[in-house]
Amino acid sequence: MSKGGRLTTVFGLFLVVVGLVVWAVAGLLTPGVPGGVVNFTNTQGAGQPVHLTVQTVGSIGFGAHPTWVSYLVKDPKTGKWIHDTSWELPAHTVIDMTVYQYDSGSPLRNQEWGQVLGTIGNSATLNGKSFTTYDSYTGTGIGHTFAIPTLNISVPLVGVSGNPCAVAPCHFNSPHNIETFSFKTPGAGSYNWQCFVPCALGYLFGNGGAMSTQNYMGGELEVVN
Amino acid sequence: MSLESPKNYGENDFRHIVTIWIVLSVVLDVLYWFLVGPHVPPGRMTSTAKDNQLDFNVLFVIALPVLIGVWEWLAFAGLRWNSKRKDAPESVGGPSAAGKRSAEWSWIVITSVVVLFLAGFGTVELYAGNGSGGGEGPNPIQQPAGAVRAETAAIQGTGSWSPNSNEVLPVQVIAQQWKFTYRYPTFGGFESPFLILPNDTQIAFNVTSLDVIHSFWAYQLEVKADANPLENNVAFTKTEQLGSFEVRCSELCGIWHGAMFNSGKVVSQSAFMNWATSTETKNAQNTKDLPPFAWTYVPDANGAAGGYYPDGNVTPYSTVEIYGSKQPS
Repeated sequence: MSKGGRLTTVFGLFLVVVGLVVWAVAGLLTPGVPGGVVNFTNTQGAGQPVHLTVQTVGSIGFGAHPTWVSYLVKDPKTGKWIHDTSWELPAHTVIDMTVYQYDSGSPLRNQEWGQVLGTIGNSATLNGKSFTTYDSYTGTGIGHTFAIPTLNISVPLVGVSGNPCAVAPCHFNSPHNIETFSFKTPGAGSYNWQCFVPCALGYLFGNGGAMSTQNYMGGELEVVN
Repeated sequence: MSLESPKNYGENDFRHIVTIWIVLSVVLDVLYWFLVGPHVPPGRMTSTAKDNQLDFNVLFVIALPVLIGVWEWLAFAGLRWNSKRKDAPESVGGPSAAGKRSAEWSWIVITSVVVLFLAGFGTVELYAGNGSGGGEGPNPIQQPAGAVRAETAAIQGTGSWSPNSNEVLPVQVIAQQWKFTYRYPTFGGFESPFLILPNDTQIAFNVTSLDVIHSFWAYQLEVKADANPLENNVAFTKTEQLGSFEVRCSELCGIWHGAMFNSGKVVSQSAFMNWATSTETKNAQNTKDLPPFAWTYVPDANGAAGGYYPDGNVTPYSTVEIYGSKQPS
């Protein structure tokens, strides 16, 4: 190959490599909301609180892991329960959250999570009664927590007694607790949320399985402007 | 071919190289030390951070002349000793290079001195100032004055700390999937997701885990200690500047490892006292439900619906393996 040909080849390869690097970097830097996210923006007037309703179930009852514990969310448009833990929320907005807790409870590994932290007023209501901390060694214990660790928000979800609902979505005729609380979203960004009860039965320290799989006991809040 | 005798050519070049090297090294090292050095991470928020910054700066100041020497040599090789030049000297290894004992000895002495100095400096730095070579771990060889007394009082529930008391402040770091929480044994043992530290105070971090292996890394404090279940990993530092810092987990610990971070603050001693006493009061109800303060806690095998790991316990839940209710012997 002539010297000119070699130079052209090297230069061409160099351009290809530069192009690939630019493409990869641009892909990483381009913000975007992943598919399958339940959209709660535009569900209320500007400045009005957003209503977010979820339920926790001891076993989802369908899909690839029917025995796994899980959260479900009520679609704000259709009102139907759907199995999705990625939610798009407006920034700097009050979120009024209602949790239907259908699962049983036990003592917490760390009673720190028996406190209500980071919500408006640092309190929540349990079946209409306000509380700030719950001793998980008493009563029916704690079934799950709803926590957004990077925002220091955590709410204990008190377990139910009796036979928990086995197939989601659960209905009011199954034993349940209703908890409500509010928090304010920060600026735009992606914030993970999770449960702090090691509730993945049969996994190391209870934190594998449903606790380590998206769409079960943890997810993402995509906060957008 | 050569217009100059190889001998003179080499000696002149060598003089030029040495002169340029000394001037550049001194100027750039001084500029680095005074203009860049004070801003090198991790900063100067704590005694350990300051020590670490010093280490980085010493290493850089020694490495810079080496770098300059290599680049200068390359420049001479490429531009002046290029064999295509009509007046190029003989190539390396030619007759005039033979028997240059001074060059050989210079090389051996200079590199030996640099390497041995760095080895000695590194060893001293690892050990001094309660560094990771002797002042950290489950059984630190050396501890700052008052640390043993403060740690003993903490575990006995008799510890105290107040502004200007010069007491060591023990802080327990509890890692769990996927969040760090902190207990303050000198303030009733309350637990908090916030890490607040008083300025100008010797801190004794006691790091443990409730489940898998994590690692507590407060970068700006220059404190990094693995969090192992059933281990109390101790690390000391002294706060020296007000400000914020970040805490991250630096041990891959599961799906939300990347989100296992939070920020902390170094505040004035009086502000810390206000925060600690008000949090102690505010959290009193929850602190009552926490296990007694201990250096380590038996990881709870239980999750919802009862015990299943590692003891095969199938009772609703074990009363002896709940966080802190049983201490290891």
